[in-house]
Amino acid sequence: MSATVLEARSLSKRFGGVHAVNDVSLAVRAGEMLALIGPNGAGKSTCFNLLNGQLRADAGEVRLSGQTLTGLPPRAIWRLGVGRTFQITATFASMTVRENVQCALLSHHGRIWTFWRAARRQFVAESDALLAQVGMLEQADRPCGVLAYGDLKRVELAMALANDPKLLLMDEPTAGMAPSERIALMELTKSLVRARGLACLFTEHDMDVVFGHADRIIVMNRGALIAEGDAASVRANPAVREVYLGSGETSGGH
Amino acid sequence: MDFILIQFLTGLANASALFLIASGLTVIFGVTRIVNFAHGSFYMLGAYLTWTITRALWDWGGREPALFIAGILLAALAVGAIGALIEMVLLRRIYRAPELFQLLASFGVVLMIQDLALAVWGPEDLPLPRPPWLRRFVEIAGSRFPRYDLILIFVGPAVLALLWFLFQRTRFGVLVRAATQDREMVAALGVDQRVLFTGVFFLGSTLAGLGGAIVLPMQSAFLQMDLAIIAEAFVVVVVGGLGSVPGAFLAALLIAQVQAFGIVLVPKATLVLVFLVMAIVLMIRPYGLLGRPQAHARAATGAVEPVIRPAPAILGWAGAAALLIAAAAPFFAGPYIVTVLVELAVFVLFAASLHFMMGPGGIVSFGHAAYFGLGAYGAALGLRYLAVPMEAGIVLAPLFAGAFGLVFGWFAVRLSGVYLAMLTLAFAQIVWAAAFQWVEFTGGDNGILGVWPSDWARGKGAYLWLALALCIGATLLLRRIIFAPFGYALRAARDSELRAEAIGLNAVRVRLGAFVIAALGAGLAGGVYAYAKGSVFPTYISIPKSIDALLMVLLGGVQTVSGPIVGALAFHTLFLTVLQAFTWWRFILGLAIVLLVLAFPQGIAGFVRQRWERARGPEAA
Repeated sequence: MSATVLEARSLSKRFGGVHAVNDVSLAVRAGEMLALIGPNGAGKSTCFNLLNGQLRADAGEVRLSGQTLTGLPPRAIWRLGVGRTFQITATFASMTVRENVQCALLSHHGRIWTFWRAARRQFVAESDALLAQVGMLEQADRPCGVLAYGDLKRVELAMALANDPKLLLMDEPTAGMAPSERIALMELTKSLVRARGLACLFTEHDMDVVFGHADRIIVMNRGALIAEGDAASVRANPAVREVYLGSGETSGGH
Repeated sequence: MDFILIQFLTGLANASALFLIASGLTVIFGVTRIVNFAHGSFYMLGAYLTWTITRALWDWGGREPALFIAGILLAALAVGAIGALIEMVLLRRIYRAPELFQLLASFGVVLMIQDLALAVWGPEDLPLPRPPWLRRFVEIAGSRFPRYDLILIFVGPAVLALLWFLFQRTRFGVLVRAATQDREMVAALGVDQRVLFTGVFFLGSTLAGLGGAIVLPMQSAFLQMDLAIIAEAFVVVVVGGLGSVPGAFLAALLIAQVQAFGIVLVPKATLVLVFLVMAIVLMIRPYGLLGRPQAHARAATGAVEPVIRPAPAILGWAGAAALLIAAAAPFFAGPYIVTVLVELAVFVLFAASLHFMMGPGGIVSFGHAAYFGLGAYGAALGLRYLAVPMEAGIVLAPLFAGAFGLVFGWFAVRLSGVYLAMLTLAFAQIVWAAAFQWVEFTGGDNGILGVWPSDWARGKGAYLWLALALCIGATLLLRRIIFAPFGYALRAARDSELRAEAIGLNAVRVRLGAFVIAALGAGLAGGVYAYAKGSVFPTYISIPKSIDALLMVLLGGVQTVSGPIVGALAFHTLFLTVLQAFTWWRFILGLAIVLLVLAFPQGIAGFVRQRWERARGPEAA
C-alpha cells in the first residue's frame, strides 16, 4: 500500500449553533482518488476549507506527509505542496493562459519579488509542458477572460500542478460543465494522479463522476462521516441510501 | 466645566450642518454608487442662493424670521432641482461607466459650478446681514451662547426624524432602502430606476443645499466652500458607514465634537485630529460605525481587464522621438518651453506612479498628491534643517515619501474600493494639514523658499536633462516592473485574490509593495518639481492635486501601460493652453472633463487601443 499523503484527525468546526463539521477524520494515499460526497449542507465545503486553510478548525489536526498544516494560511499550505481548483473557477482574467501558469511557476520558484526580467519570457517551456498535459497548449496565448468554462477548469488544473504538489484538492471539479467534458476532465485528472503519484481529494455532486472515477468514497451528512468504502459498498450502504432517499438510485441526483 | 458645556453645544450645532450634507451624500451613494464630488458644490450653491433669495425677500417684506426660513427652504429646493437636473443631463448617461469616471465627471461639475458661482456672485465673501433677532444670545451656565446655534442643535435630529419617516413609512423610502441593498433586484422587480435615481438625487441635493443654507448666518458664502466641506463630508460618510443615514448622524456628532474640542486643545492640529479619528475608526471597523460590507455590485459592464501586452513598436519609436525632441529643446526653444517640458516630465512620472498601483494593482488612491508633496517637502526640509545639497535632496525626496507610503499603505491596502480611496484621501489630508498648520516646521501657507538646484544643474538645459533622465527613467522603470514578475503578481492579486493566495502569493504584501513603489515614484516627481520651482507649498498636497493625478491616469486610460504618459501630456497641455487662453478656465476644463468622460469612458489610450484591436481582430497580439 502506498504512503498516506493527507491525514485529517477529528476535525470540528462550528458556526454559531451549527456543527458544520463534527469529528471528521480521513486519509488520502498517494495515487488515490478519494471522493467526498454528501447532500447539500452536509459540510463538504467546510471540510474542504479546513483542509486548505481557508477556515481554521475549532478542533482537530491536518497533516500533509506527517507535517502539520493546522492553522497555516492557504499560501503556506500551497508552498508545502497542495494544489487547488475551485468550485467556481478562479484564474487571472487579464492574463493569457500561459501567463496564468507562468505566475504559478514564478511563485513556486520564489521569483515574485523580482522587478527586472520580463515575466513572459520566464518558465515558458515549463508552462507549455504543463499546458500540454492538460490539453490547453493550443490556447496558450488566449486571454483567460474569454475561455470556455471547461477550458478554465483545465487551466486551473495546470496551475494546481505548477508547484509539483503531493496533494490535489478539487472542490466540485466538474460543476457547470457539459457531461462529455466532465468525463474528459476526470479521465485527465485520474491519469495525472496515477502518473505523478498524487493524492487527490475531490467533492462532487455528479454521481456518474464519483462512481466512475473515485477509488474510494467517503460520505458526509450533517457534518459527520456516515460511510466509507469503494463504489459498490457505498452504493449498498443503507445509511447512504437513507440520506439520498427519494431518488431511489443515487445516480444522477443532485 | 462651563467651557466644556459651551464647546459641547457648539459641537452639536456644527454637527447639524455636517449631518445634512453627509446624509445627502450617503443616500446618493447608497443608491447610485456614485461618489459625488459635486455634493460640496450643492452645499455652496445652497449658501449663495440663500444669500440672494433671503435678501430679496427681506427687501420686499422686512427682515422677518419667517422670510428667512422661507428663503432657506426655497434655496434648498432650488439646489435640489439643480441636482436632479445634473443627474438627468449628465450622470444618468454614465451609470454604467466605471466608478472612477463617474467621480471624474462629478469633479468636472465641481469646476463648472465654481466658475458659474464666480460669474454670478463674484469673488468676494458674501455674509448675510444679521438682523437683531439673529444676533441674540442665551445665557447658559453663565456664558453667552448664540440663540441661532441653539436652534441649529435641533435641526439635525429633526431632519434625521424626517428621513426616518421617509425611509420607513413611504413607498419611495422603501424603494430607496431596497435599492441601497440591491439595485439590480429592484430593477428586476419592475421599478423605474430613472425616476428613483433622479428622486434620490433631488433629495440628496436638497439636503446639501439646506446644509449650506443654515450655516450662512454663521459664516459667509464663499467660493472655496465646496472642496472644504466635501472632504469633511466624505469623512463623516465613511466613518458612519457608506449608505447609512443613522451612521452619518453618529459620525457627524463625533467629528463635530472632535473639531469643537480640538480647536481649543490642539489648535494647530484640528485637521490632523479629524482625519486621525477617521483612520482609527476605519482600522477598528473597516466599514464604518454602522456600515456593512458592500454587497459586490454586480459588474454592470461585465468588463474584464484586458491582457496587457508590450506596446506596438511604433509607440516605442514615437516615444523615443518625442524624448529626443524634448531633450534638444534648449537648443531651439525659449526658457518658457523648457520650463514646461520639465513640468511635463514631472507629471508623467507622477501619473505613471499612480497608474502603477491603480491599473495593475486596482488600488485607487484619492490622495496620491500626499507622496508628491512629501517628496517635495522631503527635499525642502532636508535643505532647511540639514542643509543637504540637491544631489542628496533628490535621493531624500522619494525615501521620505516612500517611508510614509509604507506606514499609510500598511493600513490602506487592507481595505478595498471606496473605503480604500477614502482612507488614502484622509491620509493625504493629514499630510496637507501638517504642512498647512504646522507653521514653525513647514512654513505653513508661505511654504519653503529657496530650494534651488546645485550650480551644475542651473544652466538652461541642464535641469531639463536632469529632470528627463530622472523622471522618464523612473517611468520606464515602473513600466519594466509591470512586465516583470512583481507586476504579474500585482495583477494576480487584483484579478483574483483567492487564486493568488492559492498559488502562494501574499496579496496584501504585494499590494503594499506596489503602494510603496508608487509613493517612491511620486516622491521623486515631487523632489524634481521642488527644485524646478525653487519652492514648496501645501498646495502640492491638496485635493485638486490628487485629482490632477487621477485625471491624468483616467484621461489616458487605466488599462493601458502607456495611458498615464499620454494622459499626463494631454492633461498638462490642455491645462496650460486652456488656462492661458480663457478667463473661465475652470468652467472649460470641467466641461472638457465631462465631455471626455461621455465620449471616451475608457480613456484616450484605451479608446485608441480598442480601435487598433478592432481593426486587427479581438485577440491579435
